[in-house]
Amino acid sequence: SFGLDKQPKTLYLSDLQVHHGSCNGGLYSRPFIESFEETPMLVAVLTYMGYGILTIFGYLRDFLRARKIEKCHIAREREEQKDFVPLYQDFENFYTRNLYMRIRDNWNRPICSVPADKVDLVERVSYDYNWTFSHTGRVVKDVINMGSYNYLGFSENKGSCADAVAEVTLKYGAGVGSTRQEMGNLDGHEELEKLVARFLGVESAMAFGMGFATNSMNIPALAGKGCLILSDELNHASLVLGARLSGSTIRVFKHNNMQSLEKLLRDAIVHGQPRTHRPWKKILILVEGIYSMEGSIIRLPEVIALKKKYKAYLYLDEAHSIGALGGRGRGVVDYFGLDPTDVDIMMGTFTKSFGAAGGYIGGKKELIDYLRSHSHSAVYATSMSPPVVEQIITSMKCIMGEDGTTIGKKRIQQLAENTVYFRRRLREMGFIIYGNNDSPVVPLMVYMPAKIGAFGREMLKRNIGVVVVGFPATPIIESRARFCVSAAHTKEMLDQALSAISEVGDLLQLKYSRHRILPTLDRPFDETTYEECED
Amino acid sequence: MIQTTKMASGQQWVLVEMVQAFYEAPAYHLILEGILILWIIRLLFSKTYKLQERSDLTEKEKEELIEEWQPEPLVPAVSNDHPSLNYDVVTGPPSHKITVNGKECINFASFNFLGLLDNERVKQKALASLKKYGVGTCGPRGFYGTFDVHLELEERLAKFMKTEEAIIYSYGFATIASAIPAYSKRGDIVFVDEAACFSIQKGLQASRSFIKYFKHNDMEDLERLLKEQELEDQKNPRKARVTRRFIVVEGLYMNTSDICPLPELVKLKYKYKVRIFLEESMSFGVLGEHGRGVTEHFGVSIDDIDLISANMENAVASIGGFCCGRSFVIDHQRLSGQGYCFSASLPPMLASAAIEALNIMEEDPEIFTILREKCKHAHKALQDIPGLKVVGEAFAPALHLQLEHSTGSRESDVRTLRSIIDYCLDRQIALTQARYLDKEERFLPPPSIRVVVTVEQTEEEIEKATSCIREAALARLE
Repeated sequence: SFGLDKQPKTLYLSDLQVHHGSCNGGLYSRPFIESFEETPMLVAVLTYMGYGILTIFGYLRDFLRARKIEKCHIAREREEQKDFVPLYQDFENFYTRNLYMRIRDNWNRPICSVPADKVDLVERVSYDYNWTFSHTGRVVKDVINMGSYNYLGFSENKGSCADAVAEVTLKYGAGVGSTRQEMGNLDGHEELEKLVARFLGVESAMAFGMGFATNSMNIPALAGKGCLILSDELNHASLVLGARLSGSTIRVFKHNNMQSLEKLLRDAIVHGQPRTHRPWKKILILVEGIYSMEGSIIRLPEVIALKKKYKAYLYLDEAHSIGALGGRGRGVVDYFGLDPTDVDIMMGTFTKSFGAAGGYIGGKKELIDYLRSHSHSAVYATSMSPPVVEQIITSMKCIMGEDGTTIGKKRIQQLAENTVYFRRRLREMGFIIYGNNDSPVVPLMVYMPAKIGAFGREMLKRNIGVVVVGFPATPIIESRARFCVSAAHTKEMLDQALSAISEVGDLLQLKYSRHRILPTLDRPFDETTYEECED
Repeated sequence: MIQTTKMASGQQWVLVEMVQAFYEAPAYHLILEGILILWIIRLLFSKTYKLQERSDLTEKEKEELIEEWQPEPLVPAVSNDHPSLNYDVVTGPPSHKITVNGKECINFASFNFLGLLDNERVKQKALASLKKYGVGTCGPRGFYGTFDVHLELEERLAKFMKTEEAIIYSYGFATIASAIPAYSKRGDIVFVDEAACFSIQKGLQASRSFIKYFKHNDMEDLERLLKEQELEDQKNPRKARVTRRFIVVEGLYMNTSDICPLPELVKLKYKYKVRIFLEESMSFGVLGEHGRGVTEHFGVSIDDIDLISANMENAVASIGGFCCGRSFVIDHQRLSGQGYCFSASLPPMLASAAIEALNIMEEDPEIFTILREKCKHAHKALQDIPGLKVVGEAFAPALHLQLEHSTGSRESDVRTLRSIIDYCLDRQIALTQARYLDKEERFLPPPSIRVVVTVEQTEEEIEKATSCIREAALARLE
């Protein structure tokens, strides 16, 4: 193995400068500091109790609704179709009806301005405990936006990007009406693809209209029956769907755990396919740059070393990390100072750092040529809208500095500074923060179901818009609030947000941290590896 | 001493109790206990084995295997003259007059049915929206990605289609591909037409349900399958009570351009208790007096269809897609539709463009009749071309021209059709081939040329196009 057998020791705050990389023979050129503090025992017990009480009340409510004692707001099947097989089973929607409904006002909040550093929310009110909402007609102005994925602040309606897009809208219109292979391949698309390839440092690139669909439509083109996909346990739904649709065998390794990955690789090559023991046609490793629910950064140097040793192919999904990491904004490869040609398939989205929509895949020319002719998206899906293409081109040129300004460079620096400052202050206040020190996605642990709703509402009262996440996006007791730091946030805004968070944290007793940060090998490596076969 | 004897007698007393219980126990109890004890003894002495055989190979052998293993190349090589590799390049807006590969042509290839791709009002609305909201939404619907424009568009679509609720997606392909797996899970049964488009096929694959294909537009074949299923149900009524069933059809089929027999489908729905999902990408904004699609065309009540899905990339000339129906059905997708929950929402300027397109459609319902007239005209004009046959309904705006006599090899057919298209491109008529993924389609349609009729084309232009195709066919189909 790779010498990852250093004895784990408890790290204290003062020890945070310990380099984990130094024991890996120089694979890491910078300190890699991640922490996932353990859930305090009392908190875990109380959380389970909380869910237990909610479940009991849920059954009670269902009973009352069935006996018509309580008014039923749930939509009902048509009279004429009452004898059809029911479309939903009651137990499938138990969680939605009884738990999600109570705190539903924290999600799907409509906005009516550009989602920049501050945003205007449409005021909603509910008179029947969140079953229906009505708009009061008022607007909550200038809410500090800690929820939108606006890492480099390109979500704006003024400036050079917006002017260029306006021009293209008037010239080309909004739609395209055809697929890439038929009549939908515009000159703008070709220009965009060349620019993306230059940005990433790869030979060639291809752009698609939707980030989710980029994964779900292209992984099936790259892997098929007889191939093996090794996927991280916390991968995004689009990667999981793409892997399932491909028909390959999927095996899951523990999150960001290189020993688990190496074990799976060795077992796969040595034993071959299950039962027949034929060798695998190819092995594809699916990982993400930044995991948005954990805030962790993939250990890319180790993954690349493993992939080279075992001759596997690496598919890197940089949805959150492109533009947000790295000295030049080129993503996690730039962050670690590695060679982009080492990653076989570099995938990413334009939604987060570029303020547009869509996804891309970059790699060698053979790969992209193959995708141009065999990708589901090129054949059956409408190509990208011209104004969106223009937005990506102008923002990417700005980040690269090719528009003649230093705006891009300044924003990248500002984001890095904001991230470090925000995380440090939150940790000092005593919250449990997950993830890597350099990741602009900051999950703050909340744990208890009632606190999820309370946190979201209290922050909104103080004019800060946050995102809270619970089950099923996270494990049941690990609910969290997730902040997305942006380059557009000034220090004053961050300070305002931090003081509000501290206030609410004291009010709701969220400062759980005991400063017992376990080292990054804390996730115990165990023998159970997961195997899931496609039928 | 006394204590130990007391203890000993206590133990003896317990032992006596036990022996008594042993004699008093019923026979079956003793036999059961005896079997269990024998089973435990067997398990204790049987050989243990691990799930994955790891013990057989030595470390050295494993290293050798790892050294020797060679994977396939990541992708197979694609030759430079692969027909799908070299795209036609469009410079400038892809509207009625389109510049393809440097030549200005009349557009018979883009799905711009109502000519709204370069409509000034639509562009101005999109521009106004850009100035207010910027381009991207920077988040999924759940996390500050819901704009008031999205809510307005959903309301307008629901009102237009006269349903309770509508839900919008940011990508047309993902609409039906996310809707089907939200309702149909492992163990459910879906009856689908053979000519269903690729996005429906991907939705079915993601759902892991049992898929039963019936012959294209053949209601008797469908009824046969439904009757077979009924017989199966009688064998296992408990399972049948929880197995959901769906029929998935398209209004106007993209691959064959004909219409589905909706009234018969509705009769089958109530007879066999199956739900209908209707995909209306090609018929929304085309059929019906007000452009509401195939339900208006046949006069079927919209409540009889459980879910209508369409993309906004054809008649509506924007990007994205929507599903509409009763709230009971549609609301479920807000938490279970993968393409809705886990993806960024539609850029607001594209949503505004769609709202303006809806406005135009509502103000001027004449355009649908005009469009259908032009389609009929084109359909008639394309008849009697030697070597090519027209496939599709007379009022369908997207027709297929297939070779009457195939050469036997799909590759050479594709090349012949490409030469016809090149001939037409030289004479300023833009056409395209209908593209498919040969190895992935379940029922691969024969190669064809796609001819799209839009409301902006004049009669002269249609005449010019048809005569050009006729010449091309004569020239290239020897």
